[in-house]
Amino acid sequence: MKPLTEIGQLAEHYDLAVVGAGPAGLSAAARASELGLSVLLVDENPAPGGQIYRSITTTPVSDRAVLGQDYWRGLDIVARLKRSAAAYAARCTVWSIAPDVESDGSSFEIGLSLDGRARLITAGQVILATGAQERPFPIPGWTLPGVMTAGAAQIALKSSAIVPKGRTVIAGCGPLLYLLAGQLAAAGAEIVAVLDTTPRRNWPAALGALPDFLRSPYLAKGLRLMVKARRSLRFLGGVTSLTVEGSGQLSAIRFERGGASQSIACDTLLLHQGVIPSVNLSNAAGCAHDFDPVQHCWVPQIDDWLASSVPGIAIAGDGAGIGGAESAALRGEIAALDTARRLGRITIPERDDHAAPVRAALSRTLRGRRFLDLLYKPAAQFLAPIVDDTIICRCEEVTAGQVRDAAKRLGVTGPNQMKAFLRCGMGPCQGRLCGPTVVELIAETRGTTPAEVGYYRLRPPVKPVTLAELASLPQSEAAVKAVVR
Amino acid sequence: MSAERRSADVIVIGGGIHGCSTALHCALRGLSVILIEKDHAGRHASGVNAGGVRQLARHVAEIPLSNTSMAIWHGIAELVDDDCGFTSDGQVLVAENEADLAGCRARVEDLNLRGFHHEEMIDARELREIVPAVSETCPGGVISRRDGAAIPLRATQAFKRKASEMGATIREGVKVTKVERDGANWRVVTDAGDFLSPRIVNAAGAWADRIAADLGEPVPLEVIAPMLMITAPMPAFIKPVVILRGRKLSFKQFGNGTVLIGGGYLGRAIRDENRTILDWGKLATNAKTVWDLFPIMRGAPILRAWAGIEARMPDDLPCFGPSAKHEGVYHQFGFSAHGFQLGPGAGAVMAEIIATGHSNVPIDGLDIARFTASAPH
Repeated sequence: MKPLTEIGQLAEHYDLAVVGAGPAGLSAAARASELGLSVLLVDENPAPGGQIYRSITTTPVSDRAVLGQDYWRGLDIVARLKRSAAAYAARCTVWSIAPDVESDGSSFEIGLSLDGRARLITAGQVILATGAQERPFPIPGWTLPGVMTAGAAQIALKSSAIVPKGRTVIAGCGPLLYLLAGQLAAAGAEIVAVLDTTPRRNWPAALGALPDFLRSPYLAKGLRLMVKARRSLRFLGGVTSLTVEGSGQLSAIRFERGGASQSIACDTLLLHQGVIPSVNLSNAAGCAHDFDPVQHCWVPQIDDWLASSVPGIAIAGDGAGIGGAESAALRGEIAALDTARRLGRITIPERDDHAAPVRAALSRTLRGRRFLDLLYKPAAQFLAPIVDDTIICRCEEVTAGQVRDAAKRLGVTGPNQMKAFLRCGMGPCQGRLCGPTVVELIAETRGTTPAEVGYYRLRPPVKPVTLAELASLPQSEAAVKAVVR
Repeated sequence: MSAERRSADVIVIGGGIHGCSTALHCALRGLSVILIEKDHAGRHASGVNAGGVRQLARHVAEIPLSNTSMAIWHGIAELVDDDCGFTSDGQVLVAENEADLAGCRARVEDLNLRGFHHEEMIDARELREIVPAVSETCPGGVISRRDGAAIPLRATQAFKRKASEMGATIREGVKVTKVERDGANWRVVTDAGDFLSPRIVNAAGAWADRIAADLGEPVPLEVIAPMLMITAPMPAFIKPVVILRGRKLSFKQFGNGTVLIGGGYLGRAIRDENRTILDWGKLATNAKTVWDLFPIMRGAPILRAWAGIEARMPDDLPCFGPSAKHEGVYHQFGFSAHGFQLGPGAGAVMAEIIATGHSNVPIDGLDIARFTASAPH
């Protein structure tokens, strides 16, 4: 591995640029490099690992039992990259991916920033491995200090061995909720309750997918986590409503369960209702997306080799649909194999031979996924908040009621038009925190589906770049001439 | 209003601000109207432009239309029941040196001779009063005090909603594939069936050349993709919209602090895919101009950059008015990246021409015949 610490060290051109150094990106970069491609792996974090293996090489959490054995598997994946010849740029953001006009579309122009300096390079192929993000969980009062996402708490734990202070409540649903509860408890957090919002009526639908789940690797892992969490923590299921209480600061969480309302005093509330693909970069790069009704989120269109609708861009890992860390690494390999084939480095039979064992492993890791997706599909009231005062766009402070009103009174049919009226999605987060909710609210108000409503058309720069960085972008002579006209 | 209405007094092709405004003004005059838009109203240039409501530095041929429009903008809520986010803090043309300033002076004198007084010279002192953040070296400029800015998609949709309320049929997501004669009518063939009308308005923006070609009036329309970018909120430091005389820049700070940066640098338009590709090299030049002129902006994060798909004519003037060839055909396109301000007034004038056969607002120099006169027909 060739670590790059300054933007000037990047080459003008790579065969392949991989965005994101989680399991998918690490595996894709390593495999492609092993096949002889010149590879650039770019990641905005200081160290490799992505979210699941965050800080795997640097974490101060030395007791291996705290983060669990699955976490430490990340070491092998990073070690493989280190043995490869791939270039790796940490702390580097990708803010634009577009067809390179000068090469007539045969390669991509990639805008990057590192340490306050921006640059444009080109790459013949691109693999996006930007992973997942937490599904927004807008409840009344969720913007108060003291409330954060479970994922944010996990980042603090992995990267800095920090656990939330004081009485902590975890609320929501999904397999990661149990994992996090277990990790935080093991690290010494005072978890006073876990409020499970998994809708009981999801069970009938999920049961159909149960046989596969019973044969899947998720079962043992999931049971272990759940039993451990349930045994040691106060677990309250069937929660149907959540409201943050407190003035200026979280003081308690009020919730409804079996028709009765209760409140638990707490200093920290961690919210989580599953993860969804992080689609901002793939969307801005022009890849087509569909709404997946089972995972209930937007996913990029991909073929069997994870190629997107834009020729030359593949999408691996959870960014192509949630499948978990192990499947992410395998999908990274598959995307790399086809990339090498597209560049003519291996033949189709070679690609297929290499891919066969990977595909077999992939189908094992994905077995049982459907059960989890169906069981942990969030309840409607947590996707489209019922209370109109609930803020849904944190950047521009737009409420659920405002979106409903615009959809009804002004006849706004989609999220892109909504921007012009309410500015939701126009802040620095580029809709990451409000997009799914806005779509849900428009669909609910207009009596249609998220698939019909569509999603934001995202604009580069996908990560902010300063005016000074842009102004000092190194220019080729041809580009300077093109401007003077 | 029925979704199944298939004929009307007027069919407007194109749901940009021009098409929506013409549809509204026709409806206000009691004409039945069908507006046909291939995407949604304001999807392209009308929805994603800089929102400048500008009379400053316009070609003299457009000034009468622009004047009509400006009167409407200043009472926009009365017409469309929505203020469209319109604010009027003036627009300022900055001269960066004495040569620029001399050019400004000649322009304003010429306008005054023609009887137009909306542009006024300002000296270095007044420039600094109005635009305190501008670089010390700028010797003055020109101001148009009634100018301002609005929110483009919101404005376009407001015209659409009001037109619909006044009885116009709005068909969004319907694509015109052909326009042809059918007896005394025009047959507008779409992917959702045929529509018939004795009068059609070609307000199809970057796609208008295809309609014109169907009508035997081919025009040299260039499809362009002017680029814009917007920053994170900055402390309030500038009220009017600022444009430069020498270099390409337009610059506007909104009430929420965000700053819109444009200047007409072009990306690449792929009109058949509704898609644009940005040219970061040119945006870098655009950013460099701001870096030079407004030091306060140097650390501002750029949040988004984009381009709209727009039509440009070789002389940067629109085709506006009756067809040179056919009864009942009217053209309203090719506004060449400065048509947003003209929308409200151009719709009113077009509706007047359709309903009465003429308008007192002069539109000399905008006739499509200037391109088609020599065409082989």
